[in-house]
This record gives sequence, C-alpha cells and structure tokens, in this order.
Amino acid sequence: MNPVRMLLLGTLLQVKQQSRSPLEITISLLVPLVQATLAVYLFKAGTNPPALLLAAVGAGMMGVWSSVLFGSGAAIQNQRFQGTLEILMITPMRPAFKILPITLATGLVGLYSVVATLLWGVLLLGVPPSFAAPLWFVVAAPVCVLALGAFGLLLASTFVLLRNANAIVNPLGYPVWLLSGMLVPVTALPGWTGPIAAVLPTTWGARALRAAVTGGPVWPALALCVGEALIALVLGAIALHFVDRRARVTATLALT
Amino acid sequence: MAGELAIEAVGLRRTYRTRTGWLRPRRGSVDAVRGVDFAVARGELFGLLGPNGAGKTTTIKMLNTLLTPTGGTARVMGLDVVRDTRAVRRRIGYVFGGDRGLYERLSALDNLRYFAELYGVPAREQRARIGALLDAVDLTGREHERVEGYSRGMRQRLHIARGLLHEPDVLFLDEPSIGVDPVAARELRAMIAELSASGTTVLLTTHYMAEAEELCDRIAVIAAGRLAALGTADELKHAAAGRRVLSVEAYGVTDAHLAHLDALSGVRDATVEVSGQQQTLRIQTDAHVDVQPAVLRELAGVRLGRVETRAPTLEDAYVAIVNSTRAEAAA
Ligand SMILES: Nc1ncnc2c1ncn2[C@@H]1O[C@H](COP(=O)(O)OP(=O)(O)O)[C@@H](O)[C@H]1O
Ligand SMILES: [Mg+2]
Repeated sequence: MNPVRMLLLGTLLQVKQQSRSPLEITISLLVPLVQATLAVYLFKAGTNPPALLLAAVGAGMMGVWSSVLFGSGAAIQNQRFQGTLEILMITPMRPAFKILPITLATGLVGLYSVVATLLWGVLLLGVPPSFAAPLWFVVAAPVCVLALGAFGLLLASTFVLLRNANAIVNPLGYPVWLLSGMLVPVTALPGWTGPIAAVLPTTWGARALRAAVTGGPVWPALALCVGEALIALVLGAIALHFVDRRARVTATLALT
Repeated sequence: MAGELAIEAVGLRRTYRTRTGWLRPRRGSVDAVRGVDFAVARGELFGLLGPNGAGKTTTIKMLNTLLTPTGGTARVMGLDVVRDTRAVRRRIGYVFGGDRGLYERLSALDNLRYFAELYGVPAREQRARIGALLDAVDLTGREHERVEGYSRGMRQRLHIARGLLHEPDVLFLDEPSIGVDPVAARELRAMIAELSASGTTVLLTTHYMAEAEELCDRIAVIAAGRLAALGTADELKHAAAGRRVLSVEAYGVTDAHLAHLDALSGVRDATVEVSGQQQTLRIQTDAHVDVQPAVLRELAGVRLGRVETRAPTLEDAYVAIVNSTRAEAAA
C-alpha cells in the first residue's frame, strides 16, 4: 500500500462526495457573499484599502474554519446516516487514513470560500486587490487550508465517538473566529485570550495571510501554523486509535 | 479441529446501554445477544435465521469487529476479533441489505477504487480486479453513473462487489435480500451460491426461511438473543415432528381469542398472520388430537374462511422454534 496515493485518492473522492450535495453547493455560493459583504461594511469605517482587503481575507478564513468545523462534523454525521462510517471503519487501514481525507476535503471545499469571498469583495464591493506579497498569499492560502483540515482530524475523533458531538462542537465556531484574529486583530482582544489563541493553528494561519496582504514576513507564522497542524495530526491519529476501540464498545458507529 | 473453523463463537453476549431523554436521561440496557455458541467450518454457507430484533445484526457485528462483545469470545479464521482486529478485518468482507453503505454521490467505479485502496489491493491489480467484479455483478457499462440513480438491486450488487474487492476468506451478509424485488433476489441467491461454491465461507442472516433453506448448509435459528436450534433444514423440520397444523382463514380474531386457543388442550402453539383484511390462524397441535371442534367453538361469532388440516412445513417448524424460545424468554 502507498499511503500518499491512498490519502490523495481518498481526499479527491471525499471532495467529490461533499461538493456534489445541493445544500453544500448553495451554502458555498451564498455564505462567502454574505461574509464578504458583512466584513467590508464593518470595515468601511476604517476606509484604508489594506483593511478592506484584510476584512475580505479574514472572512474567507472564517469560511474555511466553518467548513472544517461544521463540515467535518456534518460529513461524519452524513457517513453515519449513509452507513459508510461502519464500512469505512471496518477496513484494515489505520483509522487516521480513513478520517483524514474527510477533514482535508472539508478544508478544500472551504478554500473555495476564500477565493469566492475575495472575488465577491473585489468584483462586487470594489475592494482593491492590493496584496503586499501576492505570491506568498497563493502559497499560504492552500497551506492554511490543509493545516485546518489536519486540525479537523482532532475534532473528528469526537464526531466519530459521539453521535451528538455536533451540538458540543458547533459553539466553537464564533470564539475561534474571534480568538484567532480572523476578523479582528488579536491585539484588540483581552490579554487572557493570548495563550488560547497561540495554540490554535487558525491564529497563525490568519496571521500569515494578514502578512501577505499588508507586508512583513509571512513564513514564520506559516511555519507555526504547519507545525501546530502536524501536532494536531499526531494527536488526532492517536485519539482516533482509541476512538476506534471505544466506539465498538459504545456502539456509536451506526445510527441505532 | 480449530484450524478447520472459519468462525467460532463461544458464549457470545452483547448488552447495549441506552439513554433516553435529554435533561433527565433515563438509563437502561438491552440484552440483545445472551450467550450464543456456534462454529462455522471453512467453506460452509451458514445461515443465521430469526425474526426482527432477534439479535442477528448484533451477532454479525461482534464477529466482524464493529462491536465489542460484552461477554464471551469469537474467532474468525483462528484470530480473536477483539485482540487481532486488523488481521481479522483484512480477511473478512461485510455486506448489509437496504439502501445504505455506499457513497451516493460517487460513481460505482469511484466507490470501488476507494475501497480497493482502503483494503490495500495493490495498485497494478486494482483495474483488473474491479473490472472482473463489475462483470460478475453485472454492472459493467453502468460503472460511471452515480450510485444515487441506481435501483435497489444494483446497489446491492455493487455492495457485494465492494465486499469482495480484497478476496476475503469470510463474507458476512446481513439480510442482503431486504427490499430487493423477487427477480433480483433470485439472482442474488445465485450469486451467493456461486461464491460459496468457489470456497468463500459465508455467514448469511435472513428472516426469510425459504432463503435460508435454499442456500444454507446449516441454519442456526436465533430468537430473543439465544440460539433456539441449529442444524440442516431437514434436521430443523423435526422441531415440528409429531404435530399437525390446523390453518384457519378468519376476519376479526382478537388477542383474547388467540390466548383462549393457546390454552386449549392439545394446542401447542397458535399464531396469526395478517395480510390486508384477512387473517390466517396457524394452530399447531399434537398429531393425534383433533382440536378442530374446540377451535371452531372458541371462534364462534368470527367470520371464517377456509379451514384445513395439514402436515407441518419447515416454516411451521421455524415458527414453533421461535415461539417456544420467546415463551421461555418471557417466563
Ligand atoms: N445501538 C443499539 N442500542 C440499543 N439497542 C439496540 C441497538 N442495536 C440493536 N438494539 C436492540 O437489540 C436487539 C437486537 O437487535 P438486532 O441485532 O439489530 O436484531 P436483528 O438484526 O435480528 O433484527 C433489538 O431489541 C434491538 O432493538
Ligand atoms: Mg438486523
């Protein structure tokens, strides 16, 4: 077996499966528009061009995070409904290989939302596309998306184990948006949030993208984002190993 | 000899913990399987027959590593299902009936390619093996279509192809013919028979007695979480030996009637089957007593159709076995 080939094919097929749902298509067309509009009008007060672009980028990142958070929960719940969660878990591969493609796919579906939010912002709302480091942006955006997908693996272990984990994890959406400075700079937040923000790969991803828009070194934040994602990947794989055993005791892979 | 066995279950039990209510959850438990022992030889086609809720799916899921038993042990191809999980998973296939278990928005080919990877089928063998399986399940030419447009029968065939990708030693089939039309069901049975002939061990669960009788080398009848009988179809028929069956078409028989009939001397078992307006009473009696007059007296006032006495069939034997187990479990 070739693990890279398996992950690539798995991710590709999960993207296909996820992006073909009519609901998914509608949401991914509309949500970025709403986000871009909100962000731009919120920040119109600031009026300087980088702030506008920053707002659009931040809104896009929020889209990726929502996609990973709600998406991996929904995707795993869907697989439970479809009966494919059991079929997936009964294969002889390590559990991380079965679940990572699902969360990477949610990240990639979310990448679309970065692009769409930017396009809406530039084309419809007249945000000037003045990137300080456009090439870095093109590199950093997909890297962030993959990193968030990897972080999703850690979240996913709870979705596999608990049938109603959506209810527990969904409220994480807004705090993480705020804490990671996707919309508001972290410096504008109270001091106690700092350590929490520092352990979230979303914080560093957002910072890397900010740097690509406004100038300054992109790679340190990007490296931290990737590093944290790798740690999340390892922790997620370990968690899934136990979840795989635990779910067979609690009987939560199936609907009933 | 242990080496000759494909499946061994010893004292297998499973209790589900349940929770109902949210604010003040009420906890309970369901004893789905209550100590089941059986062994399946390599190459055997073994049937697990029982009514809905008997514990067939729970038993299969303990054997195929999806559920941990709460008691007892199980081995598949000599490997312990709890300790050697991954090794067991490599050697088994799992197919269940109904619409679920496939990626709906992917094509059949994508479904098969994905699982070929997940089962570690070597890349250079994948194309040939998928092609051969598509042929075998008669889906060649339709493999690029999305599964959501497939009929029940086509889905079931694709599900089977997916379960066979890694050429498993043991195939678990959980009610594969559920909801499949009669013609497709016959094709399905032919496919299962062929698989078994080619040497694959098959454990099939069903609640259709005729399906079990036609296909299985041996049948275990499971009811209320316990094995009620185990043997060939002919052996099981003995459960109803020494009995006669009085069959009565009726309209308007109540549970109270049924209880009175059950209490008549010479009556071993009374059940009712409903189809539309019409009920069919099936009253099993000891062969030497004639209960017909007593039965008709009990049913005075109920509109009756045809009344006949006949020798018991395998289905009567099955009903007798299941009902006696239920009565024991309730006592
Ligand atoms: N996850 C579960 N939680 C609680 N009870 C369950 C669960 N799964 C099955 N049961 C119960 O266990 C019993 C056996 O179910 P099952 O094995 O599905 O029977 P069968 O496949 O023979 O119809 C039934 O009473 C069913 O309601
Ligand atoms: Mg069942």
